[in-house]
Amino acid sequence: MTEWFASSDGEISSEQALDIYRVMLTIRSFESAAADLLAGGRLPGFLHLSIGQEGVAAGVCSALGPEDGITTTHRGHGHCIAKGGSVDRMMAELFGRGEGYCKGRSGSMHIMDADAGILGAHAIVGAGLPMAVGAAYSAKVRGERRVAVAFFGEGAVGEGVFHESLNLAALWSLPVVFVCENNRYAELSHVSMHLSAKHVADFGAPYGIPAATLDGNDVLAVASAARKAVGRARDGGGPTLLEFETYRWRGHFEGDPQRYRSRDEVASWQARDPVARFQERLEAGFAVDVAELDRIEREASTAVERAVEWAESLPPAPPTSLLEDVYRSGSA
Amino acid sequence: MPQLKYWQAINQAMAEELERDPATCLLGEDVGAAGGAFGASAKLQERFGEWRVRDTPISEATIVGAALGASMSGLRPIVEVMFFDFMAVAMDQVVNQAAKISFMSAGKYHAPMVVRTMAGTGRGTGPQHGQNLEGWLAHVPGLKVVWASEPADAKGLLKSAIRDDDPVVVIESLALWSRRGEVPEDPDHLVPIGRAAIRRAGRDVTVVSWGAAVHRALAAAAELEPEVDVEVVDLRSLSPLDREGLFASVEKTGRLVVVHEAVGSFGPGAEIASLAADECFDALRAPVRRVTPPFAPVPFPPQLEKAYFPQVTDIVAAVRDVTRRAA
Ligand SMILES: Cc1ncc(C[n+]2csc(CCOP(=O)(O)OP(=O)(O)O)c2C)c(N)n1
Repeated sequence: MTEWFASSDGEISSEQALDIYRVMLTIRSFESAAADLLAGGRLPGFLHLSIGQEGVAAGVCSALGPEDGITTTHRGHGHCIAKGGSVDRMMAELFGRGEGYCKGRSGSMHIMDADAGILGAHAIVGAGLPMAVGAAYSAKVRGERRVAVAFFGEGAVGEGVFHESLNLAALWSLPVVFVCENNRYAELSHVSMHLSAKHVADFGAPYGIPAATLDGNDVLAVASAARKAVGRARDGGGPTLLEFETYRWRGHFEGDPQRYRSRDEVASWQARDPVARFQERLEAGFAVDVAELDRIEREASTAVERAVEWAESLPPAPPTSLLEDVYRSGSA
Repeated sequence: MPQLKYWQAINQAMAEELERDPATCLLGEDVGAAGGAFGASAKLQERFGEWRVRDTPISEATIVGAALGASMSGLRPIVEVMFFDFMAVAMDQVVNQAAKISFMSAGKYHAPMVVRTMAGTGRGTGPQHGQNLEGWLAHVPGLKVVWASEPADAKGLLKSAIRDDDPVVVIESLALWSRRGEVPEDPDHLVPIGRAAIRRAGRDVTVVSWGAAVHRALAAAAELEPEVDVEVVDLRSLSPLDREGLFASVEKTGRLVVVHEAVGSFGPGAEIASLAADECFDALRAPVRRVTPPFAPVPFPPQLEKAYFPQVTDIVAAVRDVTRRAA
């Protein structure tokens, strides 16, 4: 299975490649800006960043259409941006402004966008897997060619819902792709402390789910594997489990003193930067000129700068919003 | 007496009990090598070894269930569930199993286990890390539920919980994590479960609270002085609840305000109000008032948290309201 997923499914156009590049840079600049804002005391709340893992979000979402759905985690900015979430409304949410996705009430860990198919970032580890299974069940019942993707960290394998979701998705042959970002750590614990199997992908076989462990920092490999898995799901072939090996450059949360790992380890993964690697590929393989890449980088950072400027200028979300939306049908 | 922070008192309680009884052990996510997500178990693994202080995968239901099985088989486990909200993941084992072991086995088994969990309230944690669900737990026969507002109680209640032969949920407050206070060094410093503490004696109004809200009740009492003489009762234990202590105070003051950080509907304040109405009907000179958050999920930014959780001004207003009633 791993070989099949690892083999390229053919060239993508340079236009698609540049789109992926733009998404990766937008994620990186959004999260770098958020880190600086938090450190500078301008943002409230908590931040869990995915810098270093952009290849997975951008690669997987490049295989999805607007009708497809995703669920994600406390570390979900990248997935939301890649799935078409607005950096303006995300930034407003981080700032606690009424124009944010949850009217500034929920914060960084809870971005949802019904229009973009973001069924939500959920901060309870494992919570997104059953929801993606349900979205896939809905597609099946309604006869729609939609696919659902659950993004999660390897830590979620500890939760029963991971196993229950795989079992159910396989049993009902649902159009869902389970995407594990194995970034080596769950909070302060190395993967060797919480995972019984060598690879998360090893959990596919017992449920009869095709699975593979792949390099999450090679965005083209991610995109190619995702296209295959999504295509299978769309054509009625059932679920897939993709495990992408990657690494989070920042702490578990911003402010984490990171006593559990060495600077050398972090540096060795930074040397495998998914953004820099893709940039080299673009220059070599796609004959894109450097000026074009620079332009994309500038556009991405300008979009984020504008989002910050706009969000910060807005008034804080008003207390009158506390009781809004608790029920769809009006307050109790 | 030495001054300790709230979290250090918890750390000391666990260290002493691990030392005292080799059957005691600690399980949880990041409790071992890292010493706890918030440092409560700092250095315990070094001292007591990696089996008695054990890092687990992210598996709340299974850790709590395993602690239960271990408690039925000779150990006295402490489980750390990192945030109160994550108790929801473990609720089946807590409610359907642990709480009913003694009853269902006709007393042949019992479950001497502790679940420690953290209320993130007031720290910008938001809708899935900031809830107060003590009412859920106190609603279940077979469970005990305690919550300290001071470092000395954090130590004494936890030690009592560890030595208790029934399952006890110990709720801790992130908002009080660095709060300092005098903590007895006595290795048998036990705060009895089921006994409230009068934090401030007064004649006019009883304000009942627990956890971090106690300190806002005290601030409100100070602000109301000398206009109103407020008695502040720190419940410390929701289940069992110190009925005698509660009734004695209400009999004295004739007025009751309950302040809590859980939402009001079907919450602990309703239980306390009902008990007081039942037992102190003749003494009550005003309706019982509850000061609680609105019936909505917890918001994260500071201005909304402030609007959501009961503040000193809300407590002052409620006390004024019940005192304005004719005597
Ligand atoms: C049910 C539950 N238990 C514990 C936590 C606390 N927690 C937040 S993130 C995390 C680690 C998650 O690790 P992983 O799934 O690998 O994702 P990563 O943080 O590496 O992206 C933990 C234990 C939680 N949010 N939810």
